[in-house]
Amino acid sequence: MDEIVKDFLIESSENLDRLDQELVKLESEPSSKELLASVFRTIHTIKGSCGFLGFARLEKLAHAGESLLSRLREGELTLSAEITSGLLAMVDAVRHMLAAIQASEQDGEDDYAPLIQNLARLRGEPALKSPAAAPTKSGEARPQPPPAAEGENAAKPVTESAVALQLPSSPTRTKPGRKPRRTNKPPNPDKVTEEVVAQGADHPAETSTVPMPESRQPDATAETIRVGVTLLDRLMNLVGELVLARNQLLQFSNSVQDVGLQAVSQRMNLIATELQEEVMKTRMQPIDNIWSKFPRTVRDLALSCRKEVRLEMKGKDTELDRTIIEAIKDPLTHLVRNAMDHGIEEPETRRRAGKSPTGVLTLRAFHEGGQVNIEISDDGGGLNRDRIRQKAMERGLITAQQSSLMPDRDVFNLIFLPGFSTAEKITNVSGRGVGMDVVKTNVERIGGAVDVQSTPGRGTTVRVKIPLTLAIIPALIVTCGGERFAIPQVSLSELVRLDSDANGKGEENVKGIELVWGAPVYRLRGRLLPLVYLDRELAMRAEAAIDSTSPSAAAHLTAVNVNIVVLQAEGQQFGLVVDEIIDTEEIVVKPLGRQLKGVSAYSGATIMGDGRVALILDVPGLARRAQVIAEAHAPAHDSSAQTESGSAVPTEAVCNERTLLLAENGTDGRVAIPLSTVARLEEFPPTVVERAGSQDVMQYRGQIIPLVRLSEIIPATRDADLLANAGSIQVVVYAEGKRTVGLIVDRIVDIVEERATVESLHPRTGVVGSFVTQGHVTDLLDVPALVRAAVPGLLDEPEPQAERM
Amino acid sequence: MTSQQFCTFFLDSYLFGVPVPKVQEVIRFQPMTPVPLAPGSVEGLINLRGQIVVAIDLRRRLELGKRPQGELPMNVVVRTADGAVSLLVDEIGDVIEVEESTFEGSPETLSGEIRCMILGVHKLEGRLLHLLDTDRACEMPDEPKPLRAV
Repeated sequence: MDEIVKDFLIESSENLDRLDQELVKLESEPSSKELLASVFRTIHTIKGSCGFLGFARLEKLAHAGESLLSRLREGELTLSAEITSGLLAMVDAVRHMLAAIQASEQDGEDDYAPLIQNLARLRGEPALKSPAAAPTKSGEARPQPPPAAEGENAAKPVTESAVALQLPSSPTRTKPGRKPRRTNKPPNPDKVTEEVVAQGADHPAETSTVPMPESRQPDATAETIRVGVTLLDRLMNLVGELVLARNQLLQFSNSVQDVGLQAVSQRMNLIATELQEEVMKTRMQPIDNIWSKFPRTVRDLALSCRKEVRLEMKGKDTELDRTIIEAIKDPLTHLVRNAMDHGIEEPETRRRAGKSPTGVLTLRAFHEGGQVNIEISDDGGGLNRDRIRQKAMERGLITAQQSSLMPDRDVFNLIFLPGFSTAEKITNVSGRGVGMDVVKTNVERIGGAVDVQSTPGRGTTVRVKIPLTLAIIPALIVTCGGERFAIPQVSLSELVRLDSDANGKGEENVKGIELVWGAPVYRLRGRLLPLVYLDRELAMRAEAAIDSTSPSAAAHLTAVNVNIVVLQAEGQQFGLVVDEIIDTEEIVVKPLGRQLKGVSAYSGATIMGDGRVALILDVPGLARRAQVIAEAHAPAHDSSAQTESGSAVPTEAVCNERTLLLAENGTDGRVAIPLSTVARLEEFPPTVVERAGSQDVMQYRGQIIPLVRLSEIIPATRDADLLANAGSIQVVVYAEGKRTVGLIVDRIVDIVEERATVESLHPRTGVVGSFVTQGHVTDLLDVPALVRAAVPGLLDEPEPQAERM
Repeated sequence: MTSQQFCTFFLDSYLFGVPVPKVQEVIRFQPMTPVPLAPGSVEGLINLRGQIVVAIDLRRRLELGKRPQGELPMNVVVRTADGAVSLLVDEIGDVIEVEESTFEGSPETLSGEIRCMILGVHKLEGRLLHLLDTDRACEMPDEPKPLRAV
């Protein structure tokens, strides 16, 4: 049976049970608006679902009930026992039909015309379509066609013929105007209407034209029950605890050498393991739970963008933890929509390209290496590499130099960058765009990864890799300062071990750990890997807080074997130095108490095999922290503060060369602006500058943005009328949050990548310090400070955004 | 006259009480996992039958002196809105029942944060029973302790 129908049956039978209760309750408190609304909603849901699934007769019946209820709801009718009976009879009839659907996937051949008429009569639409005429004259057997029901047109012919066929054999004739009574009263042969109602309610098998099979299939509800997630979580916890107790028991029984005890503990071992697996399974759901919505999405989208698309789904029953299912629902929907919208071309375009006019969208899910892979592929036009490059450069996400060196794969992955997607309309870029960064963020939040591959003209595949479950993750166990820590394997790249006796001489250069102005780095295959010492990061050893710039620090750092765990956090690689690397293990993630929420270094805790607690390191948090500490630390060193803070930030300083925009200020002044803070570079005729009060402003993209003349903030030797004579002005557009400011410079010189040392010669507003590049002394600007000085109060709530190199 | 039952414990020379319904259980000292960078009064994490519970050293929380060397604290596991939290105390006393009439609020001279955590005292014969506000005691001041000893 169709999954969707199964779900409908389960849901409906639950709904019907509730209806029963609510209707009865409603009878005792007829004025309760809430109850009435709830009943109405429930019936409406059933009606909606069966209309969608094509159960026309069922829909018709539900519709009759709904119409009656809506009058009750409007207050045009008050609930009487009679109406309640009618509604309950309807509930029973619906239940009966559901049983028929369960048995034969058809909604039975009984259309309950008398019941529907009765409901109509109760609704107060009396002689209009006299029920007396309807059942006997088979040609007009449509009692009260549902006026607004969707899909009614399609359903009508079927219903009509069914009625026509069925009526002659119907044993009952409806007499209008008869008052039906409570269904639980014994049937009265005179009151045929009532009999029908009653039979519908109590003896469905007797009147049903679809005889129920003798060996009835168990109800859909009997096979599954709903269990609260909290209960499952509790079970999971208890099983975890059982496993620990089992481990202890095993250890004990091995030491006691009692055959009987050993046999029992072995058995217990097996049972506990099996139990653990089964309990894990209770949290697993097939990915089809979200995929099942896609055929509809695809159909609707195909219609609305006039495309022909066939959806193929492979690996529907791949299972995932329910929390993950929830988390990937939106990203997946987004990817599907994207592929439909931008990936697959219009039929005409496809035909011209020699492809079948019908595009194929393939969803594939499979397990691989303890992770779930989900692929969303289309056979559309593929991503346009050059357009992505161009767009990324326009938006200042990459430089021309970077772009030319980038492999295609990296270029494609640019579509996941935040700045890339928020643009006005990027459909022509390649196509992908709106909200891809949100997809990436959501997937990464649950420890997953997104990757895109594309072949021009052949299509695009987005691959989402996600962990099987969030509750149990593979982790690397390390020790530091005598304590164990777990590092989630998703952020782990590799392990490096440096032996102390490999090269025991010299202090600076032992074993490949070098210092970049005090910041320890390691050459990993020729690239400098910044090192973060876990003990120091966690302030675990008092003596670890030594001044890392002194040469003796290097000696200290390399006094023993060094274990480096190479980690990946938010696109940056760094090495975490730990005391020992123990093993990888599956750990059960548990949350930390509120008291520790403020500590960014941990993402949770777990219980190890010996019952002790170990902390789970939050790798991105740790990476950020390494930076935070450096910032907090910097003021301690006075004159070389800038250099120090720069060098003490290995993760950033070494990994990321700064990309700087060089500009001229006056005739001989040079300034550098971190490109990451630049939104756009623009060139305008000087006439665009207008005044608002004492402030220079400009109209820019429908906004009025303040202009800051760099030369007014940072005085420089310059021709008095340099600006006036220039044919155009160069504006560096800086955006912070929603605030946009234009910074007028005299000339834009170049974009360079620098890893220079900044020296702060004397403090100046808006200047971080100076360095040498391209043979010129250049001032590195602190744009936020600059803007604040020039336009006080513009950037409210200044964020600490120190510009460093 | 209404009376209330208190689970009592000692900290330094003081007698403290927590309403019995607030106390989930009392357990012996447990091996603990220290949490580097945690707020100062967090002693560590304990495994309470599969549940990870934060242990707070009440001596440090209440700014009392250090526990004498070699003395192992006891865990008073209390219920909070946010789950169980273990409070480390010197010694466990009896469960006692006190009349409400013996209660008196803290004197004005009690200062600062301590004042928020001590609701008042019950005047018992010969000594005072300090009522601890466990919710307050389990609340950490927002600022984590200094990141690194410079």
